[in-house]
Amino acid sequence: MRINPRHTEKFIFGSLFSVSLIILVPISWVLLITLKYGLSVINLDFLTKSPTFNAGGGIYPAILGTILLVIGTIVVSLPIGLGAAIYLSEYSSKNLLTRIIRIGIISLAGVPSIVYGLFGFSFFVLFLGFDKSLLAGALTLSLMILPVVITASREAIDAVPEHFREVSLSLGATKWQTIRHAVIPHALSGILTGTILGIGRAAGETAPILLIASAWLVNTPTSVVGRGGRFMALPNYLYSTYALVGKSMENPNTPYGIALVLMLLVFLITLPAIIIRAKLRKERKW
Amino acid sequence: MNLKQIREFIIEKAIFLCGLVSIIGIILIFVFLIKEGGSFFLKESLRDFLLGIHWYPTSTPAKFGILPLILGSLLVTGAAISIAVPLGVAGAIFIAEIAKGSLKEFLKSSVELIQAIPSVVLGFLGAKALGGYVMDWFNLSSGLTAFTAALLLAFMALPTIISVMEDAITAVPKRYRESALAMGSTKWQAIYRVVLPAAASGMAAAIMLGIGRAIGETMVVAMASGNAAIIPGFPSGILGPVKTLTATIATETAEASGRHIQSLFAIAIALFLITLGVNVSADFLVHKKKVK
Amino acid sequence: MVDIRISVKNLTVYFEEQNAALKDINLDIYANEILGIIGPASSGKTTFLRTLNRLNDIHPDFKFEGEVLLDDKDIYKRNVGNLRKKVGMVFAMPNPLPMSIFDNLAYGPRMSGIKDKKSLEELVINSLQAAYLFDEVKDRLHKPALMLSGGQQQRLCIARTLANEPEVILFDEPCSGLDPISTAKVEDAMQKLKEKYTLILVTNNTKQAARVCDRTAFFLLGELIEIDNTATIFTVPSDKRTEDYVTGRFG
Repeated sequence: MRINPRHTEKFIFGSLFSVSLIILVPISWVLLITLKYGLSVINLDFLTKSPTFNAGGGIYPAILGTILLVIGTIVVSLPIGLGAAIYLSEYSSKNLLTRIIRIGIISLAGVPSIVYGLFGFSFFVLFLGFDKSLLAGALTLSLMILPVVITASREAIDAVPEHFREVSLSLGATKWQTIRHAVIPHALSGILTGTILGIGRAAGETAPILLIASAWLVNTPTSVVGRGGRFMALPNYLYSTYALVGKSMENPNTPYGIALVLMLLVFLITLPAIIIRAKLRKERKW
Repeated sequence: MNLKQIREFIIEKAIFLCGLVSIIGIILIFVFLIKEGGSFFLKESLRDFLLGIHWYPTSTPAKFGILPLILGSLLVTGAAISIAVPLGVAGAIFIAEIAKGSLKEFLKSSVELIQAIPSVVLGFLGAKALGGYVMDWFNLSSGLTAFTAALLLAFMALPTIISVMEDAITAVPKRYRESALAMGSTKWQAIYRVVLPAAASGMAAAIMLGIGRAIGETMVVAMASGNAAIIPGFPSGILGPVKTLTATIATETAEASGRHIQSLFAIAIALFLITLGVNVSADFLVHKKKVK
Repeated sequence: MVDIRISVKNLTVYFEEQNAALKDINLDIYANEILGIIGPASSGKTTFLRTLNRLNDIHPDFKFEGEVLLDDKDIYKRNVGNLRKKVGMVFAMPNPLPMSIFDNLAYGPRMSGIKDKKSLEELVINSLQAAYLFDEVKDRLHKPALMLSGGQQQRLCIARTLANEPEVILFDEPCSGLDPISTAKVEDAMQKLKEKYTLILVTNNTKQAARVCDRTAFFLLGELIEIDNTATIFTVPSDKRTEDYVTGRFG
């Protein structure tokens, strides 16, 4: 008996649809469970006070640490990543060096986060002597998200129509003037969107700064390097409170609260990017 | 040269330097891994390291065999990929070929949303909540197993797999589908017989990237896989604890010293090389398709 | 005694190893003339034009032999930015940048370092008037240029090159995307412009060349076949190939 291909199709499409929905289940589960146990933990004290030894008190230094880390990472990764993208899109020719750079970018993208953690510690903290500081953390995270920034910027720059460049050059502008005035302004939304999404992911990473962030601090950082630059970070604090499970954690729901605050922060960081990108898709003027 | 030309020259050199940063970065990483981890091999043989079945770094005498860790990583990654690939293929086909308009946008955004969930949060929820379910379902003494970790890893690898596959499927030229439909096949037949084979190398790349992601993941396995450096039995080992290469580094570095630290850097070298190989091959597959 | 603005000597251009896009071109361009360049597709007309303002330089495989002199100075010994201000270009499809009319016109001067508001305004207004566009846009100088019609946009592009105070203006099939009325306006503008500038017009439309140009050059497959007064080219050309083309036996 031959099965009618149309029935096969209906069946397959139905299965694919259900499977796609299955993907949504875990996301909802994560959100719901964090909300359920985490909300009870969050209050003003939690957000503004320093932690006590048994994970009581608040998580303020961790919140501040993550925010400072994010700022530092943007400051370092955006210019360098954008510069590299401009080089690849506008200046480089198809030679061996360009291929090597491309392989470098792919390689960086594939390095496991914990390997970044070991590298960041042995290079920035020890070898360069920055200590377990914000600078060391920001540099490590910047290196890690560099491929994301470069790729997003390249795509945005390549999407700018070629005739913009031709017109600018034919009016006597130099190559850099053309890039600065006729190309970058029209690639900016794409560049920022990609970078912010990369930063959002960096904000949630534990392993790259596992050996750089401090597990527990009462004070907040006073400088960028050295002992005064020591900082806490939300993902790392979540990890270390998890390790306290079974021991005398003051409120066993604390980790859920930390998780909730962390996800909220990541959401707040990435939301502007998503909005900009949706606006960009509507508004394209060429 | 006037001022304007000097400025232009300096800017161009700065841009060139930025381009070099990625090469400098990857070389630095490799150099520093070798610097710390290379000295491990002065006293240990590569064979004992890779094939040794005992990982007792803190005993006397210490043993640094990473075979259990390699097997742990393979087991967790293999299980994760077996779950993620069918789901990913289904999701990618549905999003790329069947879903339309706002449903498509919604699904794409949801998949992206998965990537925004920090791995430590997943690891924590996995260990506490999911671990509890696993413990109950299978009547185990602990929910921290390879299986638990694999479920979480599958979820984490899903966005990578789906988006790369979706790109590969969408990149297949319209006329392939149109010719199939013009010859009388149903939409599904067109997809199955024409589009998917044409997207094959892109889909293979997606799987490889997913594997790379899973092997390199740290926090989820550090928190949910049980962290026991044993050789997993087959097939029951999946419901027992394992320890992966990444989790080993994450959990042991803080208090390690001397040869132990060196051995952890040696593991990092191994990880670095494995993920490098996987990602470069995946990129090659993606570009091989584009050249066509 | 005629002033020679541009002198092209033995120009051969390659974009790929064996195939020359232009073969040993020799011609002089006189001051204040409108020189037409006609010929079928792939004759090298646009390549020739783009060599004059060194726009071919951006192509990675561009190679050439011979020389091009602007006012007796080799264009490759000049600063390329200054060259392109002196030798402006209007492209086939109108291509204003996505900014206001004012900013489009002020772009060239600003890149040269002119920041003073009054100077810029003067340049913008004068250029718009010279391109016969001022009256139509004077109330909306700060509105987006892309809101203009095709014909207006092309006149904007002409005004844009005028704002740089050029000496030579290159037109690459400027009316190919325009309706007959806009085309007529552009041709009128060109007639007026030749009083101050030297114009080179590449066109696929032989009738346009006959209407507008003082001299006409016929290019075929990368070679300059013939160059003479327009009337001569269209009535008693020396070369049979020219005659075949202008009478429409091939195109």
